[in-house]
Amino acid sequence: MSGSKLILTVDDSATIRELLLSELAGLGHRVTQAEDGINGLEKLALEPHDLIITDITMPRMDGIGFIQNVRRDERYKSIPILVLTTESDPTVKDRAKQAGATGWIVKPFDPRKLAEAIRKVTA
Amino acid sequence: MSEPATLAPEVLARIKLSFFEECEEMLGELEAGLLALKRGETDPEIINIVFRAAHSIKGGGASFGLDSMVHFAHKMESVLAAVRSNQLTLNAALLGLLLRAADVLTDHVRAARGGCQLEGSAAQEIETALSALAPNGTSIGEASDHEPSEQVGFPTLAADAEASSLAATRERRWIIRFRPHASLYASANEPLFLLRELQYLGEVRTTLDDSELPSIEDLAPEEAYLLWTISLTSTADEQDIRRVFEFVEAECDLKIELFDESSAAREAVSRKIVDAVAVNEQTGGVRPSTYRDGIAAGGAASRLGETIRVDVERVDRLINLASELVVSHTILAQRLAGIGSASASETELPLDELHQLTRELQHGVMAIRAQPLKVVFQRLSRLVREVEAATGKQVNLVVEGESTEVDRTVIERLIDPLTHMIRNAIDHGIEAPEERLASGKPVQGTLRISAAHRAGRIIIEIADDGCGINRARVHAAARSRGLISGDAGLSEHEIDQLIFLPGFSTAKAVSELSGRGVGMDVVRSGVQALGGRISVLSYPGKGTTFVLSLPLTLAVMDGMLISVCDRHLIVPLNTLLETIHPKLDAIRSLGAQARILSIRGEHVPLIDLGQALGYRTETAEIKCVILLVEDDAGRRAALLVDDVLGQHQVVIKSIQANYRLVEGIAAATILGDGRVALILDVNSILLSHARWSAPVEQRLAAG
Repeated sequence: MSGSKLILTVDDSATIRELLLSELAGLGHRVTQAEDGINGLEKLALEPHDLIITDITMPRMDGIGFIQNVRRDERYKSIPILVLTTESDPTVKDRAKQAGATGWIVKPFDPRKLAEAIRKVTA
Repeated sequence: MSEPATLAPEVLARIKLSFFEECEEMLGELEAGLLALKRGETDPEIINIVFRAAHSIKGGGASFGLDSMVHFAHKMESVLAAVRSNQLTLNAALLGLLLRAADVLTDHVRAARGGCQLEGSAAQEIETALSALAPNGTSIGEASDHEPSEQVGFPTLAADAEASSLAATRERRWIIRFRPHASLYASANEPLFLLRELQYLGEVRTTLDDSELPSIEDLAPEEAYLLWTISLTSTADEQDIRRVFEFVEAECDLKIELFDESSAAREAVSRKIVDAVAVNEQTGGVRPSTYRDGIAAGGAASRLGETIRVDVERVDRLINLASELVVSHTILAQRLAGIGSASASETELPLDELHQLTRELQHGVMAIRAQPLKVVFQRLSRLVREVEAATGKQVNLVVEGESTEVDRTVIERLIDPLTHMIRNAIDHGIEAPEERLASGKPVQGTLRISAAHRAGRIIIEIADDGCGINRARVHAAARSRGLISGDAGLSEHEIDQLIFLPGFSTAKAVSELSGRGVGMDVVRSGVQALGGRISVLSYPGKGTTFVLSLPLTLAVMDGMLISVCDRHLIVPLNTLLETIHPKLDAIRSLGAQARILSIRGEHVPLIDLGQALGYRTETAEIKCVILLVEDDAGRRAALLVDDVLGQHQVVIKSIQANYRLVEGIAAATILGDGRVALILDVNSILLSHARWSAPVEQRLAAG
């Protein structure tokens, strides 16, 4: 691993945000948090992130809308995005992929899988 | 292979705790949303909110391995998903089922919080009903069916099991052809990382085929031109390898074959070799020692600005300090005023400022403890449904002013009294459907609960449109229980108040719902313990309204400072009606001890406060001041005191907590000059007086 990354986690559930925070911090990463897509875009604008982990089902702007917005922006185009999903339903993954998601993490995630997913999409 | 740390148990426990708190919010939203739909609101966002709530509970619950709760939330979510996609039509029956399901989910969450599993046929019944509704093969269900290993509780460490099964397998050589499409790059995937990931499976040798790469003039930057051929020597099977390319399967051509001689010959076309081992060095494991620091750093960087969780004790300490500050200010102001006029004018302005700031500080700190009544009100709708089901009555619950904020302690201690009053309202107040129909009322009864700020207090009203208090029955019941004497001539209003007497209950048979050995007297004392008052208004055939008046906070109160026998006392301002300098002829003696004051044609008992509190034995002369007070039951009395010294806002100090319960005294406080004053318990003064003066009132009523 080439060191600590700044990871934006976007989820409307404080529990999932906390779990991600603890896990990611445990893997040596720094974490910023957002509650929904709009909040995510706001946080993204504040500092350059290395990775985004986002939920799909959220109020105001859901994960799909968020991913589309990120991908539309030249600055964020190459930031990998992992989608959090309780569904291994292909249509959710497909929709996320279509929007520009890099990969996904199936909840509940264990530390090993989380680390693996991050490895697959980041330097 | 790097070895990710497992979360420390205390970290996990903390997150779990906040998860359950979050669940309560979600359950609230779930119920509020369903109720809004029931009212006929059609905003499509409502169903989304409801869906998200079930979804989040399920998602979080799965992280902690709360299987039965997750299972139920999943069933509910499936039905909600079908509603959202218009596969199911939302009718009254379905809404009813969903509301009951929300109740069961609440039970599941509470059970899980208590570390157990929910059992019972009702829950099972609803789960079955939900299962019957959710269309087959709803995608959400696939997760658990297809990837059982992913559904195991958190944290799953399948690594060991996997490793041992792998060790048993022989190493083989795989040839992987990987040709990314342009879309792979567009989704921010990077072939290098995937190739690196393959190294976790075994020994990798990679060749790059860039033969399709055009000259720089013809190169389209967004296009994909490269092709890799990878040789992997590993114990992994094809599925393990495919998993590395899981994210990009649809965005590349991928061919995975076991090596044989003929494929080895084709490999000769390779042009470039990437030394993957070098990359491997770079990406070494995580140092476990960074774990704790990492949490701290991550935590500091990531706190959401919107909310923090703080111990109630800490807040209470702040409130107490802020209140003391107010008192200190008053002392300081008094001392400075005493020093002399020259210095007083110099200190006046900064002192005023200090006054303003301390008050603002006090209000600000107290606002931390304030919570919207919504927290309580949300529970009530479930209660109404349960009572409805048990009584066969139909009730429409209308809630108003749920955003009204009240001190947290007040909220907590309101739950029981409100629960009891609502049970009563439905059980005794609202009539059975056929009865309502017969008396020309709508079949569905209405129960209205409203809250509002009024004159520095919170007013909560619980109104039903039922049959009203049956005064004949209440009167008879009170008589048969010896609570009133046979010939007591009571006004209609007074009869209504009898329901608050200890030991009063009219239920013919102790009903399952209301009669749990708790009567309105307990409700009243619960409300009084909060510094509140309760009264009842009843209209025969039209309904009953209970009115609760509560203080905004339990920490500070407004009171009138008085003196009796050289002692200072505070009379709570909310009990004080007026201050009177009486004429002697307004007072009549009745017998040796009892005296009454007649004021504007009304007779009220006159209580010598000094005597009532045991400060003096002989009856005081009427040369002093009289306070007209009213207790929670609307009972009035005139209190004889020596002097009225002025209005004060005082910080309440519990005597019970610091000393012991003293009859007639509610609490104590420290005055501006540092002296201690006792806060009068008007209710208990009037109550103990009424014990021996009841015959007086009867004689009055008769005469």
